[in-house]
Amino acid sequence: MTLHKAHDLLDAVGELPQPTDGLVVEASGVHKYFGRLHVLKGVDMTVRKREVVVIIGPSGSGKTTFLRCINHLERIQEGRISVNGHLIGYREEGAKLVEDRERNIAAQRAQIGFVFQRFNLFPHLTALENIMEAPVQVSGTPEDEARAIGLKLLERVGLEAKVDTYPGQLSGGQQQRVAIARALAMRPALILFDEPTSALDPEMIGEVLDVMKELAVEGMTMIVVSHEMGFAREVGDRVVMMDDGMIVEEGVPAALFETPREERTKAFLSKIL
Amino acid sequence: MTSVIARTLRNRTRSAARPAGFIVIALLLAGCGRSSYQYHWNIVVDSVFRPDGLILYGVWLTLSISVISQLIGVILGVVGAVGRISRVTPMRWAASIYVWFFRGTPLLVQITFIYFGLGVTRIYGWPAITIGGISISGAIQAGIVALGVNEGAYMTEIVRAGILAIDTGQMEAAKSLGMTYRKAMRRIVLPQAARVIVPPLGNEFNNMLKTTSLLVIISVPELYVTFSRKNASGPTVFHPFELFIAAAIWYLLLTSAWGLVQARIERRLARGTTAVESGPGLRDRLFGLWGSPGSGLR
Repeated sequence: MTLHKAHDLLDAVGELPQPTDGLVVEASGVHKYFGRLHVLKGVDMTVRKREVVVIIGPSGSGKTTFLRCINHLERIQEGRISVNGHLIGYREEGAKLVEDRERNIAAQRAQIGFVFQRFNLFPHLTALENIMEAPVQVSGTPEDEARAIGLKLLERVGLEAKVDTYPGQLSGGQQQRVAIARALAMRPALILFDEPTSALDPEMIGEVLDVMKELAVEGMTMIVVSHEMGFAREVGDRVVMMDDGMIVEEGVPAALFETPREERTKAFLSKIL
Repeated sequence: MTSVIARTLRNRTRSAARPAGFIVIALLLAGCGRSSYQYHWNIVVDSVFRPDGLILYGVWLTLSISVISQLIGVILGVVGAVGRISRVTPMRWAASIYVWFFRGTPLLVQITFIYFGLGVTRIYGWPAITIGGISISGAIQAGIVALGVNEGAYMTEIVRAGILAIDTGQMEAAKSLGMTYRKAMRRIVLPQAARVIVPPLGNEFNNMLKTTSLLVIISVPELYVTFSRKNASGPTVFHPFELFIAAAIWYLLLTSAWGLVQARIERRLARGTTAVESGPGLRDRLFGLWGSPGSGLR
């Protein structure tokens, strides 16, 4: 599994949906409350096709919540988020935004991959079945076709020997690689990674980051909440620093890590570097 | 290490249980000898080893009514549980009222009401129906409905607990892949909840096999009614001691057979879980007194 094998992961699933104007994610003025707790205080973010954006920030800064808003796992109270030009989770009725019908929300989520911190593989299904489930059940892909895609993806993430293994018998790193393959099988326009390596033992972080790097090199659009500085430097196009529900500062990784402008960024980086 | 301790423990309990069992039997026999009652042990032997058509029919009724009622209970339980956790308020209310009513009133009252109550008012007269050439009496139908609906209330709470035991990340992962709530529930959450539900479901069905005897009140000729009729007339009239020992043995046979079936189901559902290689052994399954190496926490 090396970086020069570009396009292997994406070749396994075929053509991805293309945004018309090159913008995959457009978020503006996003506010989110948990009851009276104001978690997101006006977040704006644009992500272009093939861009890899890494979000960093102290815990409780709202970075995971923002990520979950992008595929409407959380509702937002103000602002708007679009993916590939389609409003996520809401539809416009006059000047107001109303929560969309479940069917539409599900269809939108189908083209946004999500990789969870705790993997969230389906424990009652084998590795292969985990990957086949959504293509068959959601997209209506014929089973033999989904199986072929699943086998190819498992091979590409280096788990061809684990096809019939249940998640409970896989290591954390292996589970996360299956989870990435599962997200890829839906041919997403964008994959959101929510701290994909922070539940892993140190020796397993590398194998997951390798898969993610390969994906980035192959041109997948990605938003990654992570404190893996090496990953951000190597393949990140942009690092976004969040604190207290707002974007404090953003920039290319090298610049932001070496010469941060904001005090809060400096303070945060001094703690994790 | 653990298994050695467990084995020693089991051996010790076994050797302690045996004399205890002998003492109980000896006391019983001693009691038998003292009264002037004429024991007809052949009634027990015949009822168990050479059952007549009436007994076999009673066994068949008890078993079939239990299975159908439990099936109804499980279906109502899944529907009720999904209702109980629904985001739609009227659904939550309906499910809660159902559970509240059927768990809050005696089953005996429910059986009587459903059969006689609905019958006498002509709301539903429970006519016999014929399915596949077999005529099913109104009382049997009413009994199945009453037991099933009552069981559904208990199963609602069991299934609900099973669903709540599944990590919310499972629903989120399913949704993030584009599944609707319904599909995620059916394909991802409920199959996992099934694993949690089976042990209490086993309890419920074990209970059901014995609770069918309450149908005595609407004269369904299941096992209990069969034996009490044999006690009331015919060649074995007024031999309740022998007859009800025989009845107890029949119930034990049914519940024991179920214990084996349940162990198989649990083994099947344990696919994919790391720890459990096999369920509790036969003896632990039947008597459930001591944890075996396979059933405890390790």
